[in-house]
Amino acid sequence: MDENRENRFMKYLRKDRLPHIFCAGCGNGIVMNTFFNGMEMAEVDFEKVVMVSGIGCSSRIPGYVKCDSLHTTHGRPISFATGIKLANPENEVVVFTGDGDAAAIGGNHLIHGARRNINITVICINNSIYGMTGGQISPTSPKGSYGSTAPYGALERPFKLSEMVKAAGATYVARWTTAQPVQLSNAIKKALKNKGFSFIEVMSQCPTYFGRKNKMRSPIEMLKWMKEESIVKRRADKLSAEELEGKIIVGEFQNKEEPEFSDKVCQLLEAQCTTGKPSSTRSAFEGD
Amino acid sequence: MVDFMITVDENLCKGCNICTEFCPRKVYQESGVLNKKGVHVPVPENEDKCTQCQLCALMCPDQAIKVDEKVDEKDDK
Amino acid sequence: MTSEDYFIQGNEACARGAIKANCRFFAGYPITPSTEIAEDMAVFLPREGGTFVQMEDEISTLGAVIGAVWAGMKGMTATSGPGFSLMQEHIGYAVMTETPLVIVNMQRGSPSTGQPTMASQGDMMQARWGSQGDYEIIALSPSSVQECFDFTVEAFNLAEKYRVPVMVMSDENVGHMREKITIPEKVEVKARSMPEEGPDTYLPYRADPDGTSPMPALGDGYKIHITGLTHDERGYPDASNPQAHSKLVKRLCNKIRHHTNEISRIKTENVEDAEIIIISYGAPSRSALKAVRTARDQGLNVGFIKIDVVWPFPEEMIQKAAGNAQRVIVVEMNLGQIFYEVQRVLPEVKVELAPKIGGEMHLPEEILKQINSTKD
Repeated sequence: MDENRENRFMKYLRKDRLPHIFCAGCGNGIVMNTFFNGMEMAEVDFEKVVMVSGIGCSSRIPGYVKCDSLHTTHGRPISFATGIKLANPENEVVVFTGDGDAAAIGGNHLIHGARRNINITVICINNSIYGMTGGQISPTSPKGSYGSTAPYGALERPFKLSEMVKAAGATYVARWTTAQPVQLSNAIKKALKNKGFSFIEVMSQCPTYFGRKNKMRSPIEMLKWMKEESIVKRRADKLSAEELEGKIIVGEFQNKEEPEFSDKVCQLLEAQCTTGKPSSTRSAFEGD
Repeated sequence: MVDFMITVDENLCKGCNICTEFCPRKVYQESGVLNKKGVHVPVPENEDKCTQCQLCALMCPDQAIKVDEKVDEKDDK
Repeated sequence: MTSEDYFIQGNEACARGAIKANCRFFAGYPITPSTEIAEDMAVFLPREGGTFVQMEDEISTLGAVIGAVWAGMKGMTATSGPGFSLMQEHIGYAVMTETPLVIVNMQRGSPSTGQPTMASQGDMMQARWGSQGDYEIIALSPSSVQECFDFTVEAFNLAEKYRVPVMVMSDENVGHMREKITIPEKVEVKARSMPEEGPDTYLPYRADPDGTSPMPALGDGYKIHITGLTHDERGYPDASNPQAHSKLVKRLCNKIRHHTNEISRIKTENVEDAEIIIISYGAPSRSALKAVRTARDQGLNVGFIKIDVVWPFPEEMIQKAAGNAQRVIVVEMNLGQIFYEVQRVLPEVKVELAPKIGGEMHLPEEILKQINSTKD
């Protein structure tokens, strides 16, 4: 296609891999757009972006982006991201993950990343279900919702991810839905600019599994549902738990400055280094 | 006649019609016919109503939509 | 060039070897009996301008190391059995993505948490087969503090040459033993090679059928996609393509298998016309050597093979050195692991096992007794 007629984000994508594997109307593509939009607004140098992901539909995103990218193991992308950032703090490290990846199998890495306040941005696409494996319930599936492993409705309480990551020490936390792409882009901008652990929870639609099993067959129905059920944090703070039942609280949960981990490591090296080379980035390329 | 253009890439569009639904000016209409990939590709029937807000391009999950940026007519010589 | 003598533990020797080999990233998690490696790296690395991080578990230590290696560092982690079990997932990932790194495993009594403060060689097969699928790794087995240093340096060089995780499979005995060692001022260090091609033509996984490719760092402009899924030469997932999978996995295996004779190493003593040959590796090889020499003093025609590089298994070397023996006795601190490999490669020879578990090393007398026994 004539490049002048291409979508404005096409320049960031591996065109030879498109169209991507996401189902029609999947929220993942919207999150990709809002990421690029937020990245442009934050004036992040795309050449320095390293994307890391785990396993699941949302974790396929980095594979479509024309940057260095690691598609890692289930739940562990934050551990890889930690090594990438510490080895070379110049890297702008962004993790794409899902609710199964980040909240179930990778929950421990998530809270420890937040605790360290390492300067990475984690974008968790929360569609409340395991899509890649065919619609099993996840740790964020609403109570009573249906999945192939909850044919009679989910019995467990869901995690409130943004609240949890805030409690663990992240310095920027926001939740929006794919139905609010402008606010979401702005939150991603702030997350990228925050020097510390940033967590963006995107409530997203999986029409194929969550929608189909929960009487919302089309992506449009799901987007409308998320839009209607959204309530901004400011207002939600004044409401009771009963009044908030079934609502999606959106907005900023945390935005503060705290010392950042890779900075602290660099300061330690400055103080302790006896070789005069406090930054040994690229040590692998030195030798005989 | 409008001085810009909306393009929907048929090779990328999967026919979710999020653009059709969420465009504030109802610029798009769902096509009545399937294309060669079996997709109802939306058609920007009402291009003249478009305000170039770019919401459709931001919400298109398949990066299939291009809406020309506003062009300052003085520079467009 | 000057060298310095030290009286240190095997664990510290591993840490010092890593520093000499240009390792500048270590992610660790405390576990007996390898903890001192993490503690030493926490002291040494900042002085060298390197980074130490303590992670939340052993899964994430190896994840962080893989990330740092791709970012241009040489990286290492150290652990023992329970942590080694947790690492298996990322060992497979490192194999599939051809990430060079070093893992030290100071083996302890197992299964499960077993005997944290006692030695064993119970993880030798886990090192070979612990992660899912067909693959090859490299494993060295030091028997002394000096070898902890030397083999750790060698492990880094092998990792870079073959782009594979390399394991230093020692044990609690060696890790906690203090001996005098000599550390040279400079050691041979294999640098990672950058691609000669630019980003436009470089394909990250294009290699000879039994080779590997140069590896740039993240941020160098090559814009690589790295995945644990079956991938093509570009690194793009191609997981449903039988040919792509077969080609990739065969190459990952053959880049090691076809170079076994360059990678593996045994040391022999008096094997040429020996009737009985003792084969051992790691700590018990010291008892075995003592037993062999005593037996010879007693007039028995006994030879000795010490396996330095256990994986890939030095099949041809052992066949050449022990193929004419009447009896071969494999001395190892487990109930039979490398024993079965020896049996496999010496089908014509009577191969016996001299096992020992419980945490104590074989006594030379125990091995001598087995040499003297005629189990016909």
